[in-house]
Amino acid sequence: MNEDIVIEVKGLKKVFGENVIINGIDLTVRKGETVVLIGPSGCGKSTLLRCLNGLEPIQGGSVFLHGEPVEYGKRSLNKIRQKIGMVFQDYGLFPHMTVLDNVMLAPLKVQKRPKDEVKTEAMALLERVGLGDKAKSYPSQLSGGQQQRAAIVRSLVVNPDIMLLDEITAALDPEMVHEVLNVVLDLAKNGSTMIIVTHEMAFAEAVADRVILMDGGVIVEENPPQKFFHDADTERAKKFLSTFSYSK
Amino acid sequence: MRGYEVLFAGNNFLRLLGGLWVTIRISLISIGISLVLGVLLGAAMTVRNRAVRAICKIYLEVVRIMPQLVWLFIVFFGITRSTGINLSGEAAAMIVFTIWGTAEMGDLVRGAFISIPKHQYESGLALGLGKAQLYGYVIIPQTIRRLTPNIINLSTRMIKTTALVSLIGVTEVLKVGKQIIDANRYDAPDAALWVYAAIFFMYFIICFPLSVFSKKLSDKFR
Ligand SMILES: Nc1ncnc2c1ncn2[C@@H]1O[C@H](COP(=O)(O)OP(=O)(O)O)[C@@H](O)[C@H]1O
Ligand SMILES: [Mg+2]
Repeated sequence: MNEDIVIEVKGLKKVFGENVIINGIDLTVRKGETVVLIGPSGCGKSTLLRCLNGLEPIQGGSVFLHGEPVEYGKRSLNKIRQKIGMVFQDYGLFPHMTVLDNVMLAPLKVQKRPKDEVKTEAMALLERVGLGDKAKSYPSQLSGGQQQRAAIVRSLVVNPDIMLLDEITAALDPEMVHEVLNVVLDLAKNGSTMIIVTHEMAFAEAVADRVILMDGGVIVEENPPQKFFHDADTERAKKFLSTFSYSK
Repeated sequence: MRGYEVLFAGNNFLRLLGGLWVTIRISLISIGISLVLGVLLGAAMTVRNRAVRAICKIYLEVVRIMPQLVWLFIVFFGITRSTGINLSGEAAAMIVFTIWGTAEMGDLVRGAFISIPKHQYESGLALGLGKAQLYGYVIIPQTIRRLTPNIINLSTRMIKTTALVSLIGVTEVLKVGKQIIDANRYDAPDAALWVYAAIFFMYFIICFPLSVFSKKLSDKFR
């Protein structure tokens, strides 16, 4: 088995009622790789990410994290989820806890690490994303961009093997998109393994090692960003990309 | 005798306080039991099992559909007559207020639970929290925050509604007041105003701080 493979998806199938959302997807993500996942709204990008950390039962195929099967509803799932950081579009910070308490919850209660050590690391990470002075604030006192940066820190603090980012700037005002995406770029530069769902094409091109276009429940095209954005193989990809450019 | 003198004549004021204590006793005991049973009912109302949910819903609607006074009569006269069990007015009152309080409390608990967004659960799970941790650290604290102001509001409603129990012969504060007024009908005709004002003030002293407290809480958790 290849040590380098973080996530391996084989023949994944996901059905909601009568709708086949994911119809046989194979995907391998290696250590340090940043994979950007794009596709039209409703094509199943979020669903795919949710299957990767067992938030959804799957109807076929399999998902492995470092060779261990990710199985919905299994007890082993808690262990596996500690190694997968997930950030959602609407931040998902816990409103009744300060930013610092949000960040420290998983390392303290799940990983059971010593409090002093956790606090030092949490503060260092908050400083790194420019939130050092917000540690004692409640989420409702933060802007959307600040909340999202805090949410990134919260999933980062447990040292996950891979981060799944699901349209994390989609709910943000344009001027805040930048500050959040810069944090993600910084992570990519420092060798984090990530799968990123985004509609920010300029960002996608800058951050990706590999771009995947999903549509109709399958992977339509998979290429390095240079190739994908400037010389796509498929008509579908060209058509999808054309929806992001304007001409009069 | 002047009206206000009646208030303090003999042990009248002490009797009023005694009546108030009956009011508080009925309220506290029914609110306390309703709280416990209401949490269970609210939890039952959110389970997957449809039959369980339907039964809870029927209970809620049946309790709500009839005025509390009718319930008091049903339990006090109906049950006493038909079963021969001799229920005191106060016991009947506590039973009725517990049945009602449990239904309303259950509905509040259910509402608070389903008002927690799905992403709060998923964010917790994605962090690797176990089920007990998820509920203990994330879901229940938020539920309690949303619930507390509503529970206080319900409690003040219940306290005020206990005035009805005088109609099944319980001598709570209102009934004591009436007795005092009746006893002084001839020598102090304007006593009614003073006695009722005193009772108004007593309810106010109990309920107003609760209202303020609940307003404060709901502003804080907004
Ligand atoms: N819990 C669910 N139950 C039923 N259908 C769902 C559920 N979640 C998502 N879907 C459907 O699955 C499809 C893919 O959704 P999603 O993964 O959120 O798309 P994307 O993230 O690519 O916009 C959509 O058509 C959506 O309506
Ligand atoms: Mg989505």
